[in-house]
Amino acid sequence: MLKLPIYLDNNATTPMDPRVLEIMIPYFTENFGNAASRNHPFGWKAEEAVDYAREQIAQLINANEKEIIFTSGATESNNLAIKGVFEMYAAKGNHIITIETEHKAVLDTCKHLEKLGAEITYLKTDEKGLITLAQIEEAIKPSTILISIMYANNEIGVIQPMKEIGALCKSKGILFHTDATQAVGKIPVDVIADNIDLLSFTGHKMYGPKGVGALYVRRKNPRVKVTAQMDGGGHERGMRSGTLNVPGIVGFGKACELCRLEMDADTAKISKMRDRLEKELLVLEESYINGSVEHRLPHVSNMSFKYVEGEGLIMGVKNIAVSSGSACTSASLEPSYVLKALGLDDELAHSSLRFGLSRFTTDEEIDYAINHVKEAVLKLREMSPLWEMFKEGIDLKSIQWAEH
Amino acid sequence: MAYSEKVIDHYSNPRNIGTLDKASKQVGTGLVGAPECGDVMRLQIEVDETTGIIKDAKFKTFGCGSAIASSSLATEWLKGKSVDEALCIDNMDIVEELALPPVKIHCSVLAEDAIKSAINDYRVKNGLEPIEDNKKHY
Repeated sequence: MLKLPIYLDNNATTPMDPRVLEIMIPYFTENFGNAASRNHPFGWKAEEAVDYAREQIAQLINANEKEIIFTSGATESNNLAIKGVFEMYAAKGNHIITIETEHKAVLDTCKHLEKLGAEITYLKTDEKGLITLAQIEEAIKPSTILISIMYANNEIGVIQPMKEIGALCKSKGILFHTDATQAVGKIPVDVIADNIDLLSFTGHKMYGPKGVGALYVRRKNPRVKVTAQMDGGGHERGMRSGTLNVPGIVGFGKACELCRLEMDADTAKISKMRDRLEKELLVLEESYINGSVEHRLPHVSNMSFKYVEGEGLIMGVKNIAVSSGSACTSASLEPSYVLKALGLDDELAHSSLRFGLSRFTTDEEIDYAINHVKEAVLKLREMSPLWEMFKEGIDLKSIQWAEH
Repeated sequence: MAYSEKVIDHYSNPRNIGTLDKASKQVGTGLVGAPECGDVMRLQIEVDETTGIIKDAKFKTFGCGSAIASSSLATEWLKGKSVDEALCIDNMDIVEELALPPVKIHCSVLAEDAIKSAINDYRVKNGLEPIEDNKKHY
């Protein structure tokens, strides 16, 4: 039996895998110790569990367990990486390179640092959402200390050329940070092969619990250090103080292990469903896929249905949970900055839906979603003046719109 | 954000969707908003030559649920009113009727603008001066 509404917003968060929950439970109750308590078995047990999770997590990204710094999530990891490098390497320079389509956790951190004297270069992507090596090379200066480029985009799923960027950073002696929140657990991520120095990720995007994330900080070739942004007991090699969230970490570890073992099977199944969803929806006239199709995560699809407004569409597809690139609910009425960065027309940016599938998505759910979206688009086009004009062959750009 | 029942009703069962003959002298058309702002409303009225009463009203809207509901409601209210009465429809009446939250007040403003714009189109077609809109929206 199909249960409504259907959850297709797995880039916002995933449900937790029941196998993850099961393993966490004892760490709330009988094994409640503080991992930093060195004097009794309660603490030892907690520490042991954390150490084991650290290994599970490190293994997923081909890191050493000593290189994993636990945080509250990817937002904190991004803050720690960028602010921490800016402070630690202040003597070397103040220039940071990033891209326009980053998550706000990176962009707003950079904006904050600009007030403190940092110089930030925000690179523009092409219409597919990709940046090129030449763009980065051109932006590098003697004062460049950090290049922070997301692994895969949260709205369109586009994957940047990590290996090439990593090699470039290494050859120039510049630290390389990546926000890999959407990529880890979904596609193979290898910090050694890609020469990544700092990598942010989180549990709740990969079937783990919310409130726990990690920052990978390279220990060798080069040994990277970040200035702590949270002061206290000197946990996590002095880089992030605060009592460890033991049950969360245990769950995060298990989630990483499951992703490592099941990634191939999950990807095969999920990408097949995603491709079917897209193929069926592309049958609708004037529907488009946003972002590069070749370099993309297997579980994301961002589509625009021209002449239909995103928020109205979301309301029409109330039996599926998706997100829209239109931010009409905010006072600004601004459509998604990521879609605008791709150079999309405003009406296309306003007309987008993001579908995010998971290992729990079923074929029946995709069937339902296809019909539900089709019906809503057709219904809304029937009442869209823009659709009528398009059908009459009127160029919308030729009209003098009364802006308000 | 939760929509009010009335917004959901108008969105699910919109009244008076459609198109009237733009070229007709009895029809006034108002097209307001802009695609890049995420809403465009087209509202049309058909005025009875002899009585001066709005005998039909149609709309099409590209926008969120509140924008669709605001224009749908506007067409309902317009029918049977004289043109002068129609000019008195205030956006705050729409806000109240649909229980629109503050971030959606602009949808009601747009509907009021669409009404005025349709009426002016009708007036100009029939040799009358357009009415200046001196109202300030807050």
